[in-house]
Amino acid sequence: MELRKPPPVRRLTPGAKVTPQPGPAAPQAPPAFGPHAPANGAVNGHAPASFVTARRTQRPPVPTVDRMQVEELSIAYGSKLAVKSVSLPIRQGEVLALIGPSGCGKTTLLRSLNRLTELTKTASLTGRITLDGLDISTLEPTALRRRVTMVFQQPNPFPMSVFDNIAYVLREQAKRRPRRAALRSSVEDALARAGLLDEVADNLDHPALRLSGGQQQRLCIARALAAQPEVLLLDEPCSALDPQSTKVIEDLVVKLREEVAVVIVTHNLQQAHRIADHVAFMYLGELVEYASAGALFATPREQRTKDYVSGAFG
Amino acid sequence: MSSGVLTGSRDPLPTPAGASPPERRGAADSSASWRLTDRIGLGFAWFLGLLFCAITLAIVAFLAVQGIRYLRPELLWTNPQVGFNQNETGGFLDPIIGTFLVAGIAIGIAGPVGVGVAVWLSEYGRPTALARVVESTVEMLAGAPSVVLALFGILLFDSKVLGFLSETTSDGVVFGKSFFAAGAMLSLVALPLVVSTVREGLQAIPNHVREASYAVGKSKTATIRRVLLPAARPSVITGHMLGIGHVIGDTAIIVLLLGDTQTLQGVGNVPLWGILRGTGSTLTSYVFDNAPTGDLNQPNKAYAAAFVLLVIILILNVLVDVFGRRSRELRWS
Repeated sequence: MELRKPPPVRRLTPGAKVTPQPGPAAPQAPPAFGPHAPANGAVNGHAPASFVTARRTQRPPVPTVDRMQVEELSIAYGSKLAVKSVSLPIRQGEVLALIGPSGCGKTTLLRSLNRLTELTKTASLTGRITLDGLDISTLEPTALRRRVTMVFQQPNPFPMSVFDNIAYVLREQAKRRPRRAALRSSVEDALARAGLLDEVADNLDHPALRLSGGQQQRLCIARALAAQPEVLLLDEPCSALDPQSTKVIEDLVVKLREEVAVVIVTHNLQQAHRIADHVAFMYLGELVEYASAGALFATPREQRTKDYVSGAFG
Repeated sequence: MSSGVLTGSRDPLPTPAGASPPERRGAADSSASWRLTDRIGLGFAWFLGLLFCAITLAIVAFLAVQGIRYLRPELLWTNPQVGFNQNETGGFLDPIIGTFLVAGIAIGIAGPVGVGVAVWLSEYGRPTALARVVESTVEMLAGAPSVVLALFGILLFDSKVLGFLSETTSDGVVFGKSFFAAGAMLSLVALPLVVSTVREGLQAIPNHVREASYAVGKSKTATIRRVLLPAARPSVITGHMLGIGHVIGDTAIIVLLLGDTQTLQGVGNVPLWGILRGTGSTLTSYVFDNAPTGDLNQPNKAYAAAFVLLVIILILNVLVDVFGRRSRELRWS
């Protein structure tokens, strides 16, 4: 099929001369994806991503502890299989990044880790997920979600003060509400762990929705940390943020992996490269490749991984 | 919030040096090139819009002029009296009190019930068939003329079981007209407004906010109580205001169920309870009775009372506006 020539660009200012661009039609776009997709700079079938030499976020080595184990997990929405028989370890002491094109099931996988998939009526699940050796389907959902907390794509602080956002998590249900003074140190501790305390310490009664986007997202991280979780799930936490706030949150995530197991879903390969210790590449619901970040980006084993990280599709 | 983030980072469109940006043209200019039928349509739309504004302004202006002419401050704190001309019949303190009593009872019932129904419809809604039935019931209630509700109320409150809510004669005949009766039926007028406004407010909260609460281990009840209802507070307030506005503007239920006595006629000796079991009037029934075609025919009093009523309604509308605006201020992206 021949590409139609695009119409000349319409200027918004009247009177400005429109110079028709001479030359051949737009170059043919390379095939989007497939076994024949040209791999840029491919040598011996390997396609290191262009950013493998870029600096990664500084990280001291920390001992790893196995926290969660995903075994042969499949999730379907109605009859549509979204995650196909995935097995993965999730360890404290490292950042696990889930990468892959849109709709590949990475967010579904992430949401299944604290049983948020159950909120979708049509979702069904087979396989097993364990947390510290216990099958999570045997745990009370609220108890599980205090141990495996989640941060979302959109910053979503609750419409109350900064203090109350954190205190909300600390107040156990069905018990007498603790006094404000009794919660203060825990609230400040959570804010400090999310690196937000210095910015909000003067005014903890500030409405949370008046903070900047990056601060709101760190407040959401602080909120997730306030429950003292063992695993922290992050669903594209930086996609609504500017580069500056993204950097702050990336540094924070790398630091947090010392205390909690971190799983992050990201569309941004550079981000995965900067912060992840292990990377899982998913495509069409399958776990195509799971490897350390260095290996997956520099020497991918699978052709599909190679094509994806070299930018052939996505 | 999000639009600021998205558009703020975009560069302004490049403008060549020396070229001034195109002037914005008014609607009249740009319609000059339209087809004739379109221009006639535009003219008609303008005509209708202006006509509508003119009618509204005329009503408000008429009532304001008449009201201010006849309204004297002492009318607000003197009781209605029996008299032969308009100088002797006193003020309308009792109707004002009656208005607030009725509004208080009605919204006291419709508020909690309405918020509960709205929460159930928006957050639970299971089984779906029941939810649909509730939904259409509320819609039907919104469409039911209040005089029909009033008729039903007469039947209901005449019954012996509910006799304690109104005056009962010594031989056991239930009068069936009281502030309780009128307030209870008026709550059905306010209920659909509360339900629909609160429901809209809840549905405007993005789903990820609910999930954020579940994702830190909170139950559905805690999420609704501590996150969703506070987030929907502006809608809750707006719904209550709209409900009150309709309640104090209603006449049919008041005339049929409040007894339509000019002054408050308490029953028994218990202070507030006695008044609520008794009969009285509100500003609307006062206007109804005193209008030039009404039983009492004291137009000056009617104009003054109507003006007070209009002012109360206008204040409520302004409050609705203020709270509505505030709800748009703090939102998620």
